[in-house]
Amino acid sequence: MQPVISIEGLTKTYKSGLQALKPTDLAIRKGEIFALLGPNGAGKTTLISIVCGIVTPTSGTVIADGHDIQKDYRKARSMIGLVPQELTTDAFETVWATVTFSRGLFGRAPNAAYVEQILRDLSLWDKKDAKIMTLSGGMKRRVMIAKALSHEPDILFLDEPTAGVDVELRRDMWAMVRKLRERGVTIILTTHYIEEAEEMADRVGVILKGQLILVEDKTALMKKLGRKTLTLQLQEPLEVLPPELSDWTLELKAEGHELEYVFDSNAEKTGVPSLMRRLSDIGIGFKDLSTRQSSLEDIFVGLVHQSKTEAA
Amino acid sequence: MAFNGYGVWAIYRFEMARALRTVWQSIVTPVITTALYFVVFGSAIGSRMTEIDGVPYGAFIVPGLIMLSLFTQSIFNASFGIYFPKFTGTIYELLSAPVSPLEIVIAYVGAAATKSAVLGLIILATASFFVPLEILHPFWMLAFLILVSTTFSLFGFIIGIWAQSFEQLQFIPMLIVTPLTFLGGAFYSIHMLPEPWRTVTLFNPVVYLISGFRWAFYGTSDVGIVVSLTATLGFFFACLAVVGWMFKTGYRLKN
Repeated sequence: MQPVISIEGLTKTYKSGLQALKPTDLAIRKGEIFALLGPNGAGKTTLISIVCGIVTPTSGTVIADGHDIQKDYRKARSMIGLVPQELTTDAFETVWATVTFSRGLFGRAPNAAYVEQILRDLSLWDKKDAKIMTLSGGMKRRVMIAKALSHEPDILFLDEPTAGVDVELRRDMWAMVRKLRERGVTIILTTHYIEEAEEMADRVGVILKGQLILVEDKTALMKKLGRKTLTLQLQEPLEVLPPELSDWTLELKAEGHELEYVFDSNAEKTGVPSLMRRLSDIGIGFKDLSTRQSSLEDIFVGLVHQSKTEAA
Repeated sequence: MAFNGYGVWAIYRFEMARALRTVWQSIVTPVITTALYFVVFGSAIGSRMTEIDGVPYGAFIVPGLIMLSLFTQSIFNASFGIYFPKFTGTIYELLSAPVSPLEIVIAYVGAAATKSAVLGLIILATASFFVPLEILHPFWMLAFLILVSTTFSLFGFIIGIWAQSFEQLQFIPMLIVTPLTFLGGAFYSIHMLPEPWRTVTLFNPVVYLISGFRWAFYGTSDVGIVVSLTATLGFFFACLAVVGWMFKTGYRLKN
C-alpha cells in the first residue's frame, strides 16, 4: 500500500551547527496512529516541523499523499493539521473567531456547522464567545486542537499532546484520536512516555540524538521495552555470588551490599518468585527490595547497543 | 487551488478586527495628535506666517501632516501585524498553512494599507474643520495616498520580519522615518532653505513623497510630479524585492 507520508534521506542541520536530524527514512501508513518516541531534544519536533513546513530541511524529500511538501506545498499542507507543543494562541480573539480563522487560512470555505461540531466534540461550545486569554491551560490546548482540525485534515500531527495536561483532557484527547482514526485520519504523535505510545499507537518509531533507530509494531517493541530491575538490599554483604544462584543472571552492587536482577516483566516466567524462594532456602536475608522500570534512557541505550550488534 | 482567497481574507479580516479592537490607538490617537498640530501650527503660529507659494500656512502643512501619519501608521500597523505572531509563536500556523508568500503579503500589507488610507482620509476631514482646503487633483491625491500607504506598509512588514525585539520595532520609525519627514518639507517648502541644504535635502526620499502629495492639493511642488511618482514607485518595488528575498530565504521566519 502506498504510504500516506514518505520521508527519504531527510536531514536538518541548524545554523548553530547542531545536527538535529541525521539522514532519516520513514513511511507512515494511511490511517495508522504512529508514535514518535524519544527523550527531549531527540529531534521529534524537528522532524514534524519539517513535514508541516515550519522548518526547512537541509536535504531530503517528504511526500505527503503524493505531494512534495516543498514543490507542491499548497496541496500537501492543506491536508495536514498540526497541534504544536507550546500553547501559542492569540489572546484577544474569541474561540469561535480563531477556529474559523484557521479554517479560512487553510483555504476552506466557511462551514459553521462543522466548526460547531468540532467545538462540541472538544467541550468548547459553551466557551465559543470567550476570549482565549480567559481560558485555562487545558482549554487552550483544546482550542489548539480545534484549530488544527478546522480544515478537515487527513493527517494530524500532535506534538507532545499530553505534556502538562490533566487526566480528564488526556482521556478526552485519546477518545478524540480514536474517533478520528475511525474516520480514516492518519495520526502522528510525539511523546517521551512509553505508556502513551503503548496506549495509543499502532506502530512506534524510536528517535534518539537525531537518529530514527527503529520502527516497529507496538506489540513487538513493548516486549523489548519491558525490562525491569529488581534490587535487594542485603542484610549481610556477599563477596561472591553463591553457586546456588547461578540459574539467574545476577549482579552484586555497592560492594556486595546489593543484589541486582534484571528481568523481562512481560515474560511468562520472570524468575522473581523462584529467586525469592531460593534466597530464603539458602539463608540470604534482605532488608528491603525495590523494582524499577528501566528508564527510557537505559532502554534507548540498550536499543542502540542492540541495533549495533545486530548490524555487526 | 491556484489562489488561496479564503486564506487572504482570513488574515485580512483578522488584522482589521485587531484595529477595531484597538480603535483608540488606531484612529483616535492620530486624529487628536494631528488636530493639535493644526491648532498649534495652523492657528497659533500659522496666523503669523506668510503664505507659501500662495497657500496659507495652515493649509500648506495639511499634505505634510497627512503624510507624516501615513508613514508612521503604515509602518506601525504592518510591522506589528507580522512581528506579534513571531513574538507569541502563533506564526507556526501561518508557516504551516497553504498560503504563498505573495498571499501573505497581500493580506498583511493590504490590511495595514487600508487602515492607513482610511486614517489619512479621516485626518483630511479633520483638517477641513481648521483650515480652508482645496484639492486640485483629487484622483492623484487618492493615488498618492494609496500608493504611499501601501509602500510604507510594505516597508513596515519588512521591519516586522527583521525585528527581533520591540525595541528594534520602534527603532527605524523613531530614528529614521520621523526625522526624515520633519526634514523633508512637511512644514516648509524646500525652496525656503539656503544652499547647500536645499541640495542636501534632495537626497531625502521623503521630500519626493510630500512634494508629490502637495502638488495634488495645490498644484505647486518642490520637485516635478513625475520625479515624485517615480521615486515613490521605486521605493515600492525596492520593498517588494526585499520581501521576496525574505520569503525565498526564510529570513528570520523559518529555521
